[in-house]
Amino acid sequence: MTSTGGIVETDVLSPAAEKLRERVEASPVGARARVVDLDMPTIEVGPSDWLALANYLRDDPGCQYDLFLDLCGVDNLSRRGPRKASRFEAVVHLHSLSRNEHARVRVVLPDEKKPSLPSVESVWPAADWFEREAYDLYGFDFPGHPNLHRILCHDAFVGHALRKDYAPGQRWFFAEEDLRFPEWAKDTDVKVGHFETQTISIGPSHPATHGIIHLVARLDGEKIVRAETMIGYLHRCFEKMAEKHHWNQVVPYTDRLNYVSAMINGVGYVRTVEKMLGLEIPDRGRLVRTILSEFSRIMDHCVCIGANLVDIGALTNFTYLYQNRENIYDLIEACCGARLTVSYVRVGGLAIDIPDDFAARCRKLLETIPAFLDDVEKLVNNNRIVRNRLSGTGVVTREQAVAWGMTGPMLRASGVAYDVRKDFPYLDYETYDFDVPVGTNGDVYDRFLVRMEELRQSTRILAQAIKRLPDGPVNVDDHRVILPPKSKATSDMESMIHHFKVVMEGPRPPIGESYLAVESPKGEKGYYMVSDGTAKPVRWRIRPPSFVNLAAIPKMVEGHLLSDVIAINASIDIVMGEIDR
Amino acid sequence: MALFSKKSTLPAHPPAGATGEGDFLVTKLEEMVSWARKNSLWPFPFATACCGIEFMSVAAPHYDISRFGSEVMRFSPRQADLLIVAGTVTDKMAPVLRKIYDQMPEPKWVISMGVCASSGGFYRAYHVTQGIDEIVPVDVYVPGCPPTPEELIYAILELQKKIASGEKSRDSRSARFAAERPA
Repeated sequence: MTSTGGIVETDVLSPAAEKLRERVEASPVGARARVVDLDMPTIEVGPSDWLALANYLRDDPGCQYDLFLDLCGVDNLSRRGPRKASRFEAVVHLHSLSRNEHARVRVVLPDEKKPSLPSVESVWPAADWFEREAYDLYGFDFPGHPNLHRILCHDAFVGHALRKDYAPGQRWFFAEEDLRFPEWAKDTDVKVGHFETQTISIGPSHPATHGIIHLVARLDGEKIVRAETMIGYLHRCFEKMAEKHHWNQVVPYTDRLNYVSAMINGVGYVRTVEKMLGLEIPDRGRLVRTILSEFSRIMDHCVCIGANLVDIGALTNFTYLYQNRENIYDLIEACCGARLTVSYVRVGGLAIDIPDDFAARCRKLLETIPAFLDDVEKLVNNNRIVRNRLSGTGVVTREQAVAWGMTGPMLRASGVAYDVRKDFPYLDYETYDFDVPVGTNGDVYDRFLVRMEELRQSTRILAQAIKRLPDGPVNVDDHRVILPPKSKATSDMESMIHHFKVVMEGPRPPIGESYLAVESPKGEKGYYMVSDGTAKPVRWRIRPPSFVNLAAIPKMVEGHLLSDVIAINASIDIVMGEIDR
Repeated sequence: MALFSKKSTLPAHPPAGATGEGDFLVTKLEEMVSWARKNSLWPFPFATACCGIEFMSVAAPHYDISRFGSEVMRFSPRQADLLIVAGTVTDKMAPVLRKIYDQMPEPKWVISMGVCASSGGFYRAYHVTQGIDEIVPVDVYVPGCPPTPEELIYAILELQKKIASGEKSRDSRSARFAAERPA
């Protein structure tokens, strides 16, 4: 391959990793933690030191890793290449907002029979659901976790699905009575003051939940005193499926993660693989990816805002905003033939080149979109009903948003200007002139305003990008990754071999691992991939932004009225395909 | 004037010269009823995943499902007679789907929108129901991942034909679909 030999561990540390090593050496864990350099500084530690290290990483002024991005398990059972010390690892990704740096912690779990590591939910509340997920799919035990139950798989499930020795098609029968309700929800008549409370279920099939989530809430009159979210109703075994397929075959699965803006998922995914392969795709391909990503962002926010307003009774806006989607669908359909699930990107470029009238279509869209946005703003901004309903509802303070691991518009509405496009630029975003809107109050109304402004900023980026669109190829000139032209595949021996190899196996990233993120409309969407040099990934992990954002909903709705739950839930902008995977 | 027809096709227009008062037409009650039913389907959108977004497109102004008399979305199964299952149904969701189906009053029909609902699609996996006909009887299957809005509209038209012809749905109370735990 054209690669640099993959992203593998090295003891020759970059300045950032060297600095982290010094900090970690000064920590209570000291020399028991090992710092290596991969695509980002990586700390290796045993489970007994993990909690102490976690506290240190968050609080030490030289570290300040305040945003907990991801925790996932890795199973090295069938991994090729250099032998790993242990079968199971828990991999954590952290971000420091003040220093704008990522770091990775790999907790090596020596006990194969009972893998266990302390819960860091007390350090970063955002770890809550991630630890439950690792418990569910890998069987890791997290002593100290307040609510360690299955989260994605149903409650009659046996075994741990993402372990390499679990057969991908093994299903288990699940009946209604198997559903585990939270313990606190079982006492029906808890007295709060003079009033008797009642416990209700909102969902999993409910018109205003925007997907199949299940919210169990205890009501005191109309006020919510306690709530818990249950998810997993759309757990489609995405990561297991991805680990059973070739790298290019995963692209259609990524479309169905956040299906409201499918293109961005695929772009984020192939970027990570291209980084592992050491590929740089041509300008035209990169610009098409940028343009369609930004159009997807517009589509996504249109649905979010439209649905949010429908939920509070403003139906007209939905029809205005949805028409934008239909218009953008036409563009996407002209490019790849599909409307929603595009499957347009490939490792090394795009499936096919764009149509001739691509730029003209884009320009026409850019003329129509602002008119629809104006209409909505005229109806909604400073509309007294909307403001009374949304201002001060579902407030998330800056500190809460960071502690709960929020990213994207949720975090920005609370006043933190963290945007992957600005802070870790990709697709040449650093060369575009655009602003990152930030809210002040962190309430539902601010989130609405932030999204509206992001729509405007996306049109700004698009106007600049369309002007830059060059001629030339969209794909890399490397037929070990991209299919050769069909005519050559039937006439030229070497092309035929490449054709066969690409179809049968696709690209094979060298041994290594990589985490890259894109700014999806919901927040930081990170892809963590581990390759052992074969045609299938060892670990295919996605960091789903709305999974984290949704985890905070019980804390956000407590003390609010039942009707506010609907407005708050819609403002989080959840997509179950991404949350449940 | 009487309108006799072995196989009447409603709506029967009043014959020429009819004034309205005192005129009548004759048809079979079932045909009259199924004519009314087919043109006023009230769907329950059981939208779980990506297909739900395309279902929104069908309901939105551009495709406008109300042209076919099916725009009255009911989110209570007790008010609906058409269950549109749009999206993947997992094993965790399956009992919910069955319960919603059971709560719908007869007569009722089911459209399975998209390959996930029809067969599990490309999720041949540990948590995905391999087609909703494991759980509920289905009248019309719509292929596609997701189907285009036109395809769903076509499915509704096909279902209307089925209702007009008086064809019975598969018996929803048959043992095959009863949600009983195997011993």
